[in-house]
Amino acid sequence: MPRTKERLIEVGLAAAALVTILTTVGIIWVLFSQTFEFFSNVSIISFLTDTQWTPLFADKHFGILPLVAGTFLTTLIAILVALPIGLTIAIYLNEYAPKSFRKIVKPLLEILAAVPTVVYGFFALAVITPFLQNLIPGMAGFNALSAGIVMGIMIIPLITSMSEDALFAVPMSLREASYGMGSTRLQTAFKVMVPAASSGIIVSVILGISRAVGETMIVAIAAGQQPRLTLNPLVPIETITTYIVQVSTGDVAHGSLEYRTIFAAGMALFVFTFILNNISYWVKKKFQEKYE
Amino acid sequence: MNKLEAQNVNVYYGANKVINDISISIKPNSVTAFIGPSGCGKSTFLRLFNRMNDYIDIFKMEGKVEIDGKNIYDKNIRVEELRKQIGMVFQKPNPFPKSIYENIVYGLRIQGIKDKNILDETVEKSLKQAALWEEVKDKLKNSALALSGGQQQRLCIARTLAVEPTVILMDEPASALDPISSAKVEELIYELKNNYTIVIVTHNMQQAARVSDTTAFFYMGELIEHDATKLIFTNPKNERTQNYVTGRFG
Repeated sequence: MPRTKERLIEVGLAAAALVTILTTVGIIWVLFSQTFEFFSNVSIISFLTDTQWTPLFADKHFGILPLVAGTFLTTLIAILVALPIGLTIAIYLNEYAPKSFRKIVKPLLEILAAVPTVVYGFFALAVITPFLQNLIPGMAGFNALSAGIVMGIMIIPLITSMSEDALFAVPMSLREASYGMGSTRLQTAFKVMVPAASSGIIVSVILGISRAVGETMIVAIAAGQQPRLTLNPLVPIETITTYIVQVSTGDVAHGSLEYRTIFAAGMALFVFTFILNNISYWVKKKFQEKYE
Repeated sequence: MNKLEAQNVNVYYGANKVINDISISIKPNSVTAFIGPSGCGKSTFLRLFNRMNDYIDIFKMEGKVEIDGKNIYDKNIRVEELRKQIGMVFQKPNPFPKSIYENIVYGLRIQGIKDKNILDETVEKSLKQAALWEEVKDKLKNSALALSGGQQQRLCIARTLAVEPTVILMDEPASALDPISSAKVEELIYELKNNYTIVIVTHNMQQAARVSDTTAFFYMGELIEHDATKLIFTNPKNERTQNYVTGRFG
């Protein structure tokens, strides 16, 4: 009897594991097959080189570049905000703050990561944009800058937490060596600790980028829905994710070419994040070798 | 005049008293060995001289520690300046994950020295002093982590010498090394004695006997005896010292 029970549990566990694998396979299969259909109507070359994205208009263009530019722009702004602030906090927590303070702040930071992104989106639209419009006259109500900044704030906990772990993993003996030669804390932090933890910090940035590229709510709410090939952060743009939301929540007929555009866009997104995650995996592996 | 001097020093970790009323004088250009069983406070005491215990949250000390007659725990002392004067070599070789060259010039770079001639000269001079120059002169740009353990430790000594300290504190510098590397480090200590004041913590009795001029025996946070090394090993005044150096405990 106990043996049957044991066997049942085993099968149950295997089934649970299988669900995740099947889901992944299913997603990839749908993505590929629909994308394949899409490319039987639209050439890959025009998809990659056309500078206009107007699948829902009478004059249809299927150039992914404007959406990629929008995603790139908001992601760049987010990282420019998140990296300096996140790394500064990590260095402070690891090199300066008393241990007791670190114990309180780290969980608090992780709460910041638990705020729903829709709240961040409204924060961008209702607080940051009006504030920036006071400083920058002529800035549009929807723009990449507000969305990027708020996305950066959202990513700070991720960068801080992972960078802090990387700094924490640097052997104490290196810090002592640096202090022992008369370095200040600041010199030790920037000349020894950060370089020694650089791979971990790079991984945190890559995962931050990956997160920003895939982020949807904030940009859908605050960045606009106008695919535009520009790097101007003050005008409305559209990101890949926003486009997918726009079409999936709209009234485009299933199975139509317009409908399939979201799979092509999703494919582009998937390729980006897939590459980024692989780079981070590779960097992490190198990093682990170094301390073994 | 004495190079280093400690007077009635007490150290606490929280409520724990780990150093109990220790006074000691150390003469310039000498090698002093600190010996004693694990946990006797010798490493903690060594680290008082370059204020390396300051980073421990629960550390507290009383008493006076002086270098060249100046109290190093005085409020006006800049701890960074102090550490340029008092170098330290650690138990495990701890080169930075940088090139051999960058390891040596690190101490100069943080002082803002950029002149390439000065840096190059310092690298050659320090590596020669640490008896490592011949082995690494053709691969200065290679990672220091590619060196063997013994070479890494001599690199760490060279790195310390580059800052031109007058005192070098060594915390079991050869304990993580193989016998041949260990012998090389000992030889080095013997030569450095002419120009530096060296204090070395060691578990190895033979090593203490070979390299040091005076030996201090620590036990349970107290300094039991400090005398010429020859006397400590042949004719100690205290029975506990006798028992320890003859291997009856520890």
